[in-house]
Amino acid sequence: MTQRLRGVLMPLYAVVTGLILGAVIMAVARYNPWSAYVALFSGAFGNLSAIGTTITYAVPLVLTGLGIALAFRAGLFNIGAEGQYWMGAIVAVWIGYHFAAWPWYIHIPVAALAAMLAGALWGGVIPGLTKAFVGAHEVITTMMLSYIAIFFGHYLLEQGPMMAPGFIPQSPAVTASATIPYAPWLPTLTGGFWITLVVIALTHILLFHTTLGYKLRAVGANAAAARYGGMNVAWFTVLSLGLSGALAGLAGALQMLGVEGQLSDTFSSGYGYTAIVVALLARNNPIGILFSGIFFAALSAGSQSMQIDSGVSPYMTDVITGIIVFFVAADRLYTYVRVRRARPTGAVGEVRA
Amino acid sequence: MSTLEIRHLRKAFPGVIANDDVNLLVQSGETHAILGENGAGKSTLIKMISGLYQPDQGEILIDGEARRFDTPRDAIHVGIGVVHQHFMLIPALTVAENVVLGSELSKGRFQRSKTEAAVAEISRSFGLPLDPSARVRDLSVGMQQRIEIVKALYRKVRILILDEPTAVLTPQETRELFVVMRQLKAEGIPIVFISHKLEEVREIADTVTVMRLGKTVQTHPVAGTTSAQLANWMVGRDVVFSDHPPASTGIGDTLLEVDRLTVLDERKVQAVRALTFAVRAGEIYGVAGIDGNGQTELVEAIAGLRPVQSGVIRFQGRSLAKVGVRGRLRAGISYVPQDRQRDGLVLTFTLTENLMLRDLSRPFSRGGFLTRKAARQRAQELLTEFDVRPDNPSALAGSLSGGNQQKVILAREVASRPKLLIAVQPTRGLDVGAIEGIHRQLLRLRDEGNAVLLVSLELEEILALADRIAVMHAGQIITELPRDQADIETIGLAMTGERRAAVTSEEGST
Repeated sequence: MTQRLRGVLMPLYAVVTGLILGAVIMAVARYNPWSAYVALFSGAFGNLSAIGTTITYAVPLVLTGLGIALAFRAGLFNIGAEGQYWMGAIVAVWIGYHFAAWPWYIHIPVAALAAMLAGALWGGVIPGLTKAFVGAHEVITTMMLSYIAIFFGHYLLEQGPMMAPGFIPQSPAVTASATIPYAPWLPTLTGGFWITLVVIALTHILLFHTTLGYKLRAVGANAAAARYGGMNVAWFTVLSLGLSGALAGLAGALQMLGVEGQLSDTFSSGYGYTAIVVALLARNNPIGILFSGIFFAALSAGSQSMQIDSGVSPYMTDVITGIIVFFVAADRLYTYVRVRRARPTGAVGEVRA
Repeated sequence: MSTLEIRHLRKAFPGVIANDDVNLLVQSGETHAILGENGAGKSTLIKMISGLYQPDQGEILIDGEARRFDTPRDAIHVGIGVVHQHFMLIPALTVAENVVLGSELSKGRFQRSKTEAAVAEISRSFGLPLDPSARVRDLSVGMQQRIEIVKALYRKVRILILDEPTAVLTPQETRELFVVMRQLKAEGIPIVFISHKLEEVREIADTVTVMRLGKTVQTHPVAGTTSAQLANWMVGRDVVFSDHPPASTGIGDTLLEVDRLTVLDERKVQAVRALTFAVRAGEIYGVAGIDGNGQTELVEAIAGLRPVQSGVIRFQGRSLAKVGVRGRLRAGISYVPQDRQRDGLVLTFTLTENLMLRDLSRPFSRGGFLTRKAARQRAQELLTEFDVRPDNPSALAGSLSGGNQQKVILAREVASRPKLLIAVQPTRGLDVGAIEGIHRQLLRLRDEGNAVLLVSLELEEILALADRIAVMHAGQIITELPRDQADIETIGLAMTGERRAAVTSEEGST
């Protein structure tokens, strides 16, 4: 079996297994899994408007997932994308309501780029430098910085400098000049989706068609060999975590400017965590991330109609997600089973044990 | 008294038949060598005998009884002990802990003193001196190998398999290993000795089975064979033994100057101590020495991978103090590192990607973008030129045999047209054919007026190639001789740190 085919089949196995086990659980709880899945599917893809909503849900997941994948490719685990997303959202919203006089073609790019810079700083420069020069592990630093960012957001909104007049802890709305419009022919599809498609393409090109991406992957695959190849491993640590944070920051910006319109205290995105799963399921492949992002978005978009139509709790989709994560993480299990089965004919997939 | 018999064993991987109709009979109490080139299928055979792979066809019989090993555990249970080329030891644990790992004296509490006594008893009775309480990470390669053997003995081994055991040893350590092997043989333990070194096979084995292209082609008592005959079977053609290739024809200017260089190792101990030497264009400068005497640190400092504590490295008269790895490469310094899997290659990358690891310029990329087609083409040329098998640019480096991995590294380093090639153990673990090819490359570089700094633990290799020979001991060059004044005894003695008064060549030491 070719490497490429395996890369597609493994995630599919995980998804199918997750859905089957989810059905078993529903059946045990005396629900009809078939009608639940039909409701889930039609809720997510049943009509054009639903498809638009699902894709809009997917945008922050895909962008953040791309960032996490980029770090993974360089051998780094950015677990704090949630905080980088928040930093991006905060900065984008602040610029979004502050400079009402700017034309849109300046306002939106500046807000988005500033958000990326903030995410890069939070996700890359600080954890990257501390890892490269002090040896602090990025899992710890990105996670801890993530909390700081989230609570910094709460501070800004709860009687803080970004709170809008009134009693609700939320920021002022971004001005029209900073708003990314929905698609005119499909009012549920955010304009951020087009930007996301471009970013996917750019990430793919960066990783697989540039010398920079080549070096980044070399550092991730074998740091000793990369050093011998003349690559500055510390620099690539900072760079890849920085890019990773920038993408999470961009996700926050597009969500604020294109969907939410303002930062609010009640909302906790969770995108930064789900995006880890998105990247894992796609095996850190930028194009695969588009599909896995849409898949997880569909699970949450369809969960409402699943509850309405068949009475299954929307949390059921979280159970399915959990099962899928388990099987993605355990994909060695499939390899093991396959190798065992294949033994009599000797068609072992991997030559190296 | 046990025997091992293999009948018509076959193992195929997608696109490769690694073993085909392999037959072997190891009698009780004999040392049986399996001789073959890299990629001849020796490792696959061992992996089947040890339960890591399962054969597609054929039988493995222990004492005449057919056995099937689904896991290595099954094989160990039957009494098959394998000492792999890459040791399976945990550096942070002690010798005794490593020996009993997985078959501790009792479940639950670890009985340290009892375990250590048991291990000491085995090492004493088989004549393998070891300190059971020493940490593995502090021990030399030879000692670690000894632990592996003790590990097998502790598990009541009935058949001991040594996979290329001498590849990592110094001549002295090899001699010690042979003493141990004779001792084990006297105890009646049959030994399967995997090797591609003809002299060693002739010295230690009773019977030899030659493998070529996945098949066993000959089984013969060692007495009554000649090296030429063995090589012939192994390679399938006549091999010319030229022990002394022509000496350098023209020595040129000094290329590399190392002046009172001091380098620290990981533990911040001086591994290279105020060392001075120079390498000139048109010569192969050989550095001999027992592993761990500062060779690695010296070479890494020259390649730019390790900071210099004091002293100067000059290349073509220019100090390299402010030049990085890439800069040195561009200046014409190539480097074949000792550990090809750790440093030399990215195993999960394709051969094309590995061939551009150190130099992304020209055919591999343009303006920051990879040029896939041109890169592939260039890779194909290099793989063909350096006889890498398979010569498929899209194959993963990790799927190649050790010898072919080394050829990929050499192809990359020689292709950049270096003025100085640093090669550390370039033929470690390789077969006659591959060694011949790599030696030819080194000589060609020299004859084209370049310099080669050859660091090797194999004295024969240094003596065969080097125009000048330096012996390193404890971070210093203890003696330096032109080849015509060097002999194995003098150098061997210097390797142990003894600067014999008789070494009074006019140059003397540095």
